[in-house]
Amino acid sequence: MKAPDRYYDFQKDISGCGIFGVIHKGRGMISGEIPIQGMTCMHDRGNGLGGGFAAYGIYPEHADQYAFHMMCDDDNAIEGSEKMLRTYFDMHHFEPIPTRKILAIPKPPKFNRYFVTVPEKPVNEFAELPEEDYIVAVVMKINATIPGAFVVSSGKNMGAFKGVGFPEEIADLFCLDEYEAYIWTGHNRFPTNTPGWWGGAHPFTLLNWSIVHNGEISSYGINRRYLCEHDYLCTMMTDTEVVAYELDMLIRKHGLSWEMAAKCFAPPFWDEIEKMDEKDKELYTTLRATYGPGMLNGPFAILVADNNRLMGLNDRIKLRPLIVAEKDEMVFMSSEESAIRDVCPELDRVWMPKAGEPVIVDLED
Amino acid sequence: MLFQPVNKNYHEFCIIRDKDLCINCKVCVRQCSYEAHYWDESRQKVMHDNTKCIGCHRCEALCPTAALNIVNKPSDFRTNSLWRPVFLQNIYKQADTGGVLLAGMGSPVDIPVYWDSMLLDASQVTNPSIDPLREPMELKTFLGAKPKRVKIVTGKDGKPELKTKLSPQIELDVPIMFAAMSFGAINFNLHRAMARAATETGTVYNTGEGGLHKSLYKYGKNTIVQVASGRFGVHLDYLKAGVGIEIKVGQGAKPGIGGHLPGEKINDQVSETRMIPIGSDAISPAPHHDIYSIEDLLQLIFALKEASEYKAPISVKIAAVHNVAAIASGIARAGADIVTIDGMRGGTGAAPAMIRDNVGIPIELALAQVDQRLRDEGIRNKVSIVAAGGIRCSADVVKAIALGADAVYIGTATLIAVGCTLCGRCYTGKCPWGIATNDPKLSKRQNPDIAAKKLANLIRAWGHEIEEMLGGMGLNSIESLRGNRDKLRGVGISDIELDILGIKHAGR
Repeated sequence: MKAPDRYYDFQKDISGCGIFGVIHKGRGMISGEIPIQGMTCMHDRGNGLGGGFAAYGIYPEHADQYAFHMMCDDDNAIEGSEKMLRTYFDMHHFEPIPTRKILAIPKPPKFNRYFVTVPEKPVNEFAELPEEDYIVAVVMKINATIPGAFVVSSGKNMGAFKGVGFPEEIADLFCLDEYEAYIWTGHNRFPTNTPGWWGGAHPFTLLNWSIVHNGEISSYGINRRYLCEHDYLCTMMTDTEVVAYELDMLIRKHGLSWEMAAKCFAPPFWDEIEKMDEKDKELYTTLRATYGPGMLNGPFAILVADNNRLMGLNDRIKLRPLIVAEKDEMVFMSSEESAIRDVCPELDRVWMPKAGEPVIVDLED
Repeated sequence: MLFQPVNKNYHEFCIIRDKDLCINCKVCVRQCSYEAHYWDESRQKVMHDNTKCIGCHRCEALCPTAALNIVNKPSDFRTNSLWRPVFLQNIYKQADTGGVLLAGMGSPVDIPVYWDSMLLDASQVTNPSIDPLREPMELKTFLGAKPKRVKIVTGKDGKPELKTKLSPQIELDVPIMFAAMSFGAINFNLHRAMARAATETGTVYNTGEGGLHKSLYKYGKNTIVQVASGRFGVHLDYLKAGVGIEIKVGQGAKPGIGGHLPGEKINDQVSETRMIPIGSDAISPAPHHDIYSIEDLLQLIFALKEASEYKAPISVKIAAVHNVAAIASGIARAGADIVTIDGMRGGTGAAPAMIRDNVGIPIELALAQVDQRLRDEGIRNKVSIVAAGGIRCSADVVKAIALGADAVYIGTATLIAVGCTLCGRCYTGKCPWGIATNDPKLSKRQNPDIAAKKLANLIRAWGHEIEEMLGGMGLNSIESLRGNRDKLRGVGISDIELDILGIKHAGR
């Protein structure tokens, strides 16, 4: 799309962080206490200006409906977003997201969740779009047009819970100790240049994707322009947003595998490509030449999840920590080993993934 | 000698000769191709005529006793901010000759240099800067059309199998190329030096419109052959000789007009390579007479692709003019693989001074607009952008790439590397540094071995500096800088200039 006027004039969040993820390969349910404890152990990796969690398998009774987690600053935003959701979707159920009153966060925004499906024959400007593009279009429209309303997550049988505070405070606010999920990711944020904004906390989500990210994407300036060419507008003031949109583009739209998408984010060096056999050389040369503008350059460790897998990935020269550990059917990924040992002292295997090498854990079906 | 016509009096330079140091060795006499120095038989000493001095500094550089200094003439016209001296001098000249004012090299006029109004970023604390001496730093660049998406399927062996075929690309180890300067405009020694230096540093040089000397075909992997409106030296083997073909539509120094290589410069070698008679003027028409519109360009692009069997990307080079973004978009849609934009400060061997100094726009603005337009239209992947015209140092290269260029051409900088002092008289064929001349006596002043070494040194030095700046920004690959305007900030320029460049002001 044509870049909006003054698209170059943006503010970007810069932050260091702690991340934690756990997946049960056999879809065994993991209590929220585990990721909360892991994140609490890494308290010092944040500064109280952002924390959050994503959980998969939390809405089994609405598993085939899109769960919209809405964050609203005021009643007008609630009214506006609810109206828009009803305009574009069939609504099956809605309720406030349960919260506790806690001292650390005296005045949180208002949170509701809506379980919706796309009408069989929608009559609106997005009617021609395939279902998932339709969802994305509505998410973008709500975020862009309804003041004070923000879609926190919009996937199936999953949800994100996030805000301004330490992760353990956010968990307390959203009663996450009462949830069970087969994949959890958590995030602790240390922004250096922006006051906390609830929407800017991680995880960042789109459809079923969720991303937590530790790092600064130095290539952000070109990544967001590249995404704009592919009709994704970056509006969240956080570089993590580009990871979400690129995943959506590479995997969902261009049909690349997770491994190949990871190779677009953190491609092999040219001198490594030079040493490959002819077939791989051509593959990676084409991949780099084509997706170069989407390459994530700069230090990062990210955890990406959808309903079926969890992936951990570092930048090409591993400028951020990421450690992986296995225990029975559970796999942990974390910024620090201490967080994993804190929740699971005895581990079968612990290792540091190599720079740029994705670790992908699939659910067993 | 008491009375001289006014244009004789107002020459530009004075030769200052230290009489105590001068030993009358006549080196200056032999070196000056403009005959400013001469042996005065009656006085039995070396004398000079200031009016003939063009300020090339050759004599000063070679004087064994350092007796010479070339300075601007201190005497000046009466101060007048409208009628500046250059206008007076030009009018005197034209009143004498009735001719068009000729000029050589890029425009020296005082228009904003936006490179100087842009500053680069560096990492501090939240992301580490990367040390290119310790970590890999990648400048490899591919010029040519890229697909919008790559199709990969999982093969029977479970391995990824590529289904998208990448069209031909020009592979560069450094995103800096030697710009089009024809054999004829500059001499064979320098063409050979460019070919060798490009081969040594993994980049390419452009033949310019004068064809390719038969002995240089072996450097084909590092050559872009040019097809200009005069079609000099163009034949099938030539089109297949390089890794890319460039259609020259326009040149930044003289948008809208053709070229003129005077017959004096056409010796036997140039004649053979250009396929024109010895001593005849080589005149390229202003337009290509088979391109009167964009659909004609499309035909030529595909004619060249057919001729070269679709093995070489086609570049179209245009001068940066007012509607450059729309023109570039048309070029991309016409099937070109590379758009080369030459800004108004680009060099030339000969251009009418009025055109050189008044037509076109600065490359920075043109580049920013072309890159944005192609992205807005979703066709940026269809072409690579090469920026040219006034790139003076590696920081200019970095800024050009951050604005959106894939690579840059350097022409003037190339010549300076082999000794050019920008005296701006390339069109006379008397270049005292042996660059823009085919006079055997003068051109042997360029030793191709030394020139090749100097050119390779320049590319390497700039490459190292680019790596340092890239690493400082926390990037380890040039593609993450390309179009990354967040790495640029403007200083001291207006809102509208910032908007055209697509960058924020420093402090924001």
